[in-house]
Amino acid sequence: MAQAKRPLSPHLQVYRWGAHMAVSILHRATGSALAVGAVLLTWWLVAIATGHEYFGTVQGYAGTWIGRLVLFGITFSLMQHLASGIRHLFMDMGRLYDLKINSLSARFTFVFSVVATVGIWYAAYKVMGVL
Amino acid sequence: MAEFTLPKNSRVGKGKTVKADGATNTRDFHVYRWNPDDGENPRMDTFEVDMDSCGPMVLDALIKIKNEMDSSVTFRRSCREGVCGSCAMNINGKNGLACTTAIEDAKGDVAITPLPHQEVIKDLVPDLSNFYAQYASIKPWMQTQSPTPEKERLQSHEDREKLDGLYECILCACCSTSCPSYWWNEDKYLGPAILLQSYRWLIDSRDEATGERLDDLEDPFRLYRCHTIMNCANACPKGLNPAKAIAEIKKMMVERQG
Repeated sequence: MAQAKRPLSPHLQVYRWGAHMAVSILHRATGSALAVGAVLLTWWLVAIATGHEYFGTVQGYAGTWIGRLVLFGITFSLMQHLASGIRHLFMDMGRLYDLKINSLSARFTFVFSVVATVGIWYAAYKVMGVL
Repeated sequence: MAEFTLPKNSRVGKGKTVKADGATNTRDFHVYRWNPDDGENPRMDTFEVDMDSCGPMVLDALIKIKNEMDSSVTFRRSCREGVCGSCAMNINGKNGLACTTAIEDAKGDVAITPLPHQEVIKDLVPDLSNFYAQYASIKPWMQTQSPTPEKERLQSHEDREKLDGLYECILCACCSTSCPSYWWNEDKYLGPAILLQSYRWLIDSRDEATGERLDDLEDPFRLYRCHTIMNCANACPKGLNPAKAIAEIKKMMVERQG
């Protein structure tokens, strides 16, 4: 009988995730999110230059719950990307390759980004006098 | 390019279940099956293995299945003690050698698939031709220009120690096929196993082709597709650290630029 086309063995479908793998894919995902965030930031800056009225409109968008959710996401992306970026710097110097320490450093980036994001938003609301 | 889903002909269906009659202490083994001759998609067969008459390792269970339950189950094995690297496969989501992975360490059922993102020849046997061709491409032998000494080429104890953690590699491909970067670019990226081997020759004090070897790796893909995901070091059944070896090669690249 004719040889059938060989299948590709399962990969992402079966591979077990670890913190090291998650932090790596998150670095890429948050980097992409920040690229979109940079466009939004530019829009906001253009709005300032355009004039009082238009800036008010844009600020209005940013203030809606959807706007705040996007801003919260960008804050988290920035903090996660910052932490895993610093982890990458150490790895480029040949550090953090011991399996236990490597996994610990991956977990630490998550702790840092969550704490920093919540902290920044808590501080922002405090300054606004909402809390 | 990265394709996150399996092609149509590779989607895994549900297979048959083979019971262990009369056994009281059993464990379910889900084994990836693909037969090149029947034109069907791969499937997962379930074998209920009697643990009272089974050896301690995953390979023992596979051999028992082949001997007693279904002689058509196909897998590579040879030394059964972690020296040859033949029985490399994915066991419960992690690459390893079936002969050095204890069944006891797996919780619940044991799922076994071939090394990830490889063409399957049959059942648990992947086609590693590309992997071996990549190994040949790094010229894994000592290259010298200086005249051959009367006896052997000597090496200090310190220089010999630099090969520790490198020479132990058995080329089982557990690390390379655990690496997402290798999954998406295995035609261009050398992958952790071959780069660790490459570093084994780069760091050898007796080898005199260090410059040429580094030249060959100076390429956007061959070396630099490593994004330090660390799946390789987590998978290595010999406890080696290919990611660290790759980092050392990258350092050598920077250092030679002065």
